[in-house]
Amino acid sequence: MDELLKDEPSRRDLLRIIGNSMVLTTAGAGVLSPALAQHVHTEVAEAKSLSGGPNYQPKCLTKHYFATLRRLGEYIIPGSTDAGAAEYIDFLASRNDDLAAIFNGGLGWMDDYMLKHYNADFLSAKPEQQTALLDQLAYKKNATPENAPGQRFWTWARNMVVDAYYTSPVGVQEIGYMGNKAMSSFSVPQEAVDYAMKRSPFAKES
Amino acid sequence: MFQVQRGPEVHDVVVIGSGAGGGTAIKVLTDLGIKVTLIEAGPMLNPARDFKEHMWPWEVDHRGVGPNAENYFGKNIYPFGYFQAPNGYWDVPGEPFTVAEGSEFKWFRSRILGGRTNHYGRISLRFSDYDFKPYEFDGLGYDWPMTYEEMAPWYDKAEDWVGVTGTKEGFRSAPDGKFLPPVPPRVHEQLVMKAGKRLNIPVIPSRMAMLTKSIHGRAACHYCGQCGRGCRTASAFTSSQAMIMPAMKTGNLNIISNAMARELLVGDDGTVTAVSYIDKPTRTEKQIRCRAVIVAASACESARLLLNSKSTKFPNGLANGSGMVGRNLTDTVGYSLGGVVPAMEGMPRHNCDGIGGMHVYVPWWELDKKNKDFPRGYHIEIGGGFGMPQIGSFRGVAARAEGYGNSLKDSIHKYYGSTVSFAGRGEMIPNEHSYCEIDPSVVDQFGIPVLRFHFRWSDHEINMVKHMDRTFRALIETMGGRVTGRDFPERGAEAVSVGGEIIHEAGTVRMGSDPKTSVLNKWSQAHEVKNLVVADAAPFNGNPDKNVTLTIVANSWRAADHLADEMKKGNV
Repeated sequence: MDELLKDEPSRRDLLRIIGNSMVLTTAGAGVLSPALAQHVHTEVAEAKSLSGGPNYQPKCLTKHYFATLRRLGEYIIPGSTDAGAAEYIDFLASRNDDLAAIFNGGLGWMDDYMLKHYNADFLSAKPEQQTALLDQLAYKKNATPENAPGQRFWTWARNMVVDAYYTSPVGVQEIGYMGNKAMSSFSVPQEAVDYAMKRSPFAKES
Repeated sequence: MFQVQRGPEVHDVVVIGSGAGGGTAIKVLTDLGIKVTLIEAGPMLNPARDFKEHMWPWEVDHRGVGPNAENYFGKNIYPFGYFQAPNGYWDVPGEPFTVAEGSEFKWFRSRILGGRTNHYGRISLRFSDYDFKPYEFDGLGYDWPMTYEEMAPWYDKAEDWVGVTGTKEGFRSAPDGKFLPPVPPRVHEQLVMKAGKRLNIPVIPSRMAMLTKSIHGRAACHYCGQCGRGCRTASAFTSSQAMIMPAMKTGNLNIISNAMARELLVGDDGTVTAVSYIDKPTRTEKQIRCRAVIVAASACESARLLLNSKSTKFPNGLANGSGMVGRNLTDTVGYSLGGVVPAMEGMPRHNCDGIGGMHVYVPWWELDKKNKDFPRGYHIEIGGGFGMPQIGSFRGVAARAEGYGNSLKDSIHKYYGSTVSFAGRGEMIPNEHSYCEIDPSVVDQFGIPVLRFHFRWSDHEINMVKHMDRTFRALIETMGGRVTGRDFPERGAEAVSVGGEIIHEAGTVRMGSDPKTSVLNKWSQAHEVKNLVVADAAPFNGNPDKNVTLTIVANSWRAADHLADEMKKGNV
């Protein structure tokens, strides 16, 4: 197991070592020390940006639509650019024709709506004009026959931006998921128990 | 016509299937020095390559939704998610099954070393005394040809090897075993315990096949909660890592993977002489001769193999003089309900991954209650906590919370970790309308006739589901929570799981003391074919609310040990 003592093994190294330990260990099947398991966890736990940056070349959407999607994503979940939300959607749209149609069509509809109402596409419209459209789409009370196609698109865009954000390092960090770690034991912080009990119907119980 | 390849060698024992039943038989026999050949319909498993343990969703471009966004369109190519251990399929490509008109049935099949133990929930509950004598208990179902006392030592062996958490509680419905230390309850589980106390519902430490202590050279659990993805340290039980891989080191195990058993061939004396299988990569038929065979291909595949093994001596299928092969098909009764509990909204963040699944559960608590409108009972599985965010994790809260921007974030952050869910897992009473048979007109891509399923819940199960609904609702409300999702005042037939959906099929090659009404004897050995043993959940006479795996291990252990004895005595 000397390989484990090397400085900073790469994830690939770790997986290979783990793979070998599965086969070679004499103690039994698949023994991996918690220390090694921890290496695997920390190696991937940095909250790095998943954004492709300003020069990202979209795989499916036009550059204009991609930029529009990024802006839309920032409205839905601030910070979603760093989460690579637009890249995520563009990647999947490049591999799924139905999704490509939904996003090309939806972004196209938005521009058309904005041009009709404000004589500017979504990206070049003023922020209050942009949010005026989003408010039309985001609340059931504002639903009209005119914005019905936009509402369907809105649901797709909103769900996928939420998905992308909270499955990214920045989203996971922000929501406060603290697991995916190797622990030598399991315990529950009393502070969390007290928080919930105090607010529960059992507050008066000892 | 191509040439069938027949090897001259006579293998001691051929085991068909490598899940809990096959893996146990392999472990027991190879430990006794018996040479075993395993026929597995899928590929070998390499945990380092195949398990996605510890991966973050962003490590793949599609974040787990599928490389072509499949899950967004309801095409679940990964039945339990992209990060789940390789396990199997609801629809195996090229291997169809059919469902009779008026029935609904789903059939999850595994095609990989270790089978469904690679991903299963690892809930490990002993059947109780009355589970072995259900007819004696309440006049329904079929008594087993053995008692709990006869099974208890085999449960001991199973728990010793598998490793099961738990505590001694003295419940008749949940017999105590040989337990590893339990894991402390999470916050939502502590609230459930409080609610249970008010409602007189016992909530006790769960009995799960995860190692809270190192045993048999397998490392202790490192509490990442990802058992379902497959555990590279083998701290969560799998047949592949805890049984088959150690057996490989004995030198007594030969594995033929990607081999689909087609038929068991019998000689003039009516015993099995050879196993015919399709070598999948070359699509050629091969035969290996054997002294004995253990069929552990999963309850329905095992029935299918026997039904497809017709000969002049066994015109209705091998060992099927009773006509019971394929009958008595059962699955677990499943129903679940979730809620949001405001007391946990905004709770201080902490790591509550723990072991994969619940730390506490509810055993059946109304065994002695009179005037119930359904027989037997169910146990309750509990979910909740701060899980790793996944694609779709916040679909529900996002749908309920209108708006965007920081207000949407706030709704999601408040909701995260504030949920609780309950899943009932109840006993189905075998009925004459639920069985599988060979479809007379459909074959799979290897030319093997496929199964046709008939399945029907009875009022017993529907009434039980209504009881689950009332109970879960009461628990959620007692915690100060509100039910989320679909909401019907009285749920039953429209809410029960589809047959097969809980993946606990059992009963299709039942055991009994009378060869006229059963296929196997108390050692899971065919009445009519002494060198044929069935060692999955097919021999089970009933399907108690205890999930099947631990009893598959215990019963297979017992069956394999008996077979070894019979071989030593020269009876087989």
